[in-house]
This record gives sequence, C-alpha cells and structure tokens, in this order.
Amino acid sequence: MTVLVNGEPHELAPGTTVRGLLDALDVPGGGRGVAVAIDAEVVPRTVWETTELDDGARVEVLRAIQGG
Amino acid sequence: MAVTDVTTDPLVIAGRELGSRLLLGTGGFRSLEAMAAGIGASGTELVTVALRRIEPGARGSIVDVLDRAGVQLLPNTAGCFTARDAVLTARLAREAFATDWVKLEVIGNDRTLLPDAPALLEAAEQLVDEGFVVLPYTNDDPILARRLEDVGCAAVMPLGSPIGSGMGLLNPYNLRLIVEHAQVPVVLDAGVGTASDGALAMELGCDAVLCASAISRAADPAAMARAVRLGVEGGRLAFRAGRIPRRLYAQASTPESGVAEF
Repeated sequence: MTVLVNGEPHELAPGTTVRGLLDALDVPGGGRGVAVAIDAEVVPRTVWETTELDDGARVEVLRAIQGG
Repeated sequence: MAVTDVTTDPLVIAGRELGSRLLLGTGGFRSLEAMAAGIGASGTELVTVALRRIEPGARGSIVDVLDRAGVQLLPNTAGCFTARDAVLTARLAREAFATDWVKLEVIGNDRTLLPDAPALLEAAEQLVDEGFVVLPYTNDDPILARRLEDVGCAAVMPLGSPIGSGMGLLNPYNLRLIVEHAQVPVVLDAGVGTASDGALAMELGCDAVLCASAISRAADPAAMARAVRLGVEGGRLAFRAGRIPRRLYAQASTPESGVAEF
C-alpha cells in the first residue's frame, strides 16, 4: 500500500502501524518532541503501537526544532 | 511593598511562577551548543520550540538539550497562516511536548510576519476551549489585546516591531495602553534589537520580554543574552521604583538656600 508521509509517497506493508513507520524513519522509542497526524488528526503516542495506516493515508511526522 | 530584588518578584502566568522575566526564543542560534550557552547566560526559565517535518538522519535532539538546561518549553505555531493550521499544530505540540502551553502565532503576510488578527482571535478561542494555556503573539493593538484576553488567553504578547527586524518598540504609546488595561501578563514579543529595547519594554510596564533573534543572531549570543537579561531586570526595577516626571525646566538637586555670597 502507499501512504503519503510528509508529502512523499512511501510503500509500506499492509498492517504497518504508526510505530512501525516511525521505526522505518529511525525515530527513537519514546518519541519525545515528535508528533504524528493522520489525515489532519493527531495520533496520541499511547496508540502509536496499535494504529494501523490505511492505503492512501496522509501522514505528517513532525519533530522539535529551534524556533520562535 | 517595595521590590528591590528581582528574585522576589516572579512572573506568574496561568498560576505558574517563573523566576525570570526574559523568555527566550530558540530560533536563529547557529548550533545547539550556542543555544545552550545563550539559555544559560539569559537566565530564562521558559523557551520556545517549533515543530517541522522530520528529516531522515536529523542531528541531535533539541529537546534533550533543553531538558538538560532545565527550562520549560513553550511550543509555537510559527509558520501557520490559518486558524485551522494553528489549532492543529497546537494539538500536535501538546502531544509532542506534553504541555498545554502554546505560543499562538497566526501570520497574515510572509514578508512582515504580522499577525492575522481575525484568524488569531478565532484560533485563540478554539484553543482556550480545548484547555490550552494560550499566549498569543499579537499586533500592538489595545482592542485586539482586550479581545484576546476576553476569550481567555493567559497572557497577551504584542510585538514591538516585526519578528527579527530588531527595530525595537515602534509604538510605545499603544504598548502602554495595552499594559494599562490588561488583566493578564503582557509580554513584549518580537522586535527587540538590543538590551535597551528590553529595558524600555519593562519600563513601560510590560511583565516580561520574549527575545529570540537579538540574542541568537548576535555576534556573541551568550554576551547579548546576558545584556538583554540585565536590561529586562533593570527595566523592571525602574518600573517598580517609580520614575520622576519629565519637566520642561531644570529642578536643582542641590539646595538653593544657604548659598555663599562673596
């Protein structure tokens, strides 16, 4: 299946979870300073392990940077 | 009660006490090391952070550095041009940083980076409803400041001049009106170019100053951080001390009676 991650298409195995995607992106375990949205809805970190991505989902993976 | 020591005069926002009246923006530092040095020299206890798309192989985590510095985080919604984007970014920041606090920015023009007032008010109201502690970056408009306070913002943060411009306080009169009427803390946000701008903001009665570029883009950020810190502290003490009125003519400081006659 194909999901859009930060605007770029990614081929992922069906059933891939948010946590699985973060592992593929090399985001460390706790993910403090990281946030994920699917189709403009926040995905709380408490359900990263159990939330599966759907084909065609638009995923934003954000991280803390300097700013403001 | 007279205040002669800044250590007994904390800033209180939404019930949280902060020992420093200087808030530091982390944008613009050349490295995380320079940022850490700037934080240390500034004495700040609250610093801004932003969220952006993750990049593969991103170097060191800013959050680790900020945690080691012992400061609290104030996520911003920089780069948002609509209320919808700002609200979503705030929700993501709450998840990323485990804080309800947000520096709300809704920008209306990419050259001036001035706030979009109606969108700012809309986003502020929405986020307050969702339980956020909202600190809006706002125009130096006393009416808008009051409206933001009315919808439940925990502070108002008027600009002195556009972000990163270093032009200082372009409309001290408006800022004074905002300070006079506000029932929540007023944080001068944006425009500080050097230490005296921070002092002037505090002398006008602002409760705090948020400073980023003036420190982070200075030739010696740590030295400027200390300078702005002292400016803010000096301005606060001067405000509390009660300045003398301006006079058209001189008023002798030495007694005029008993002058010798030769």
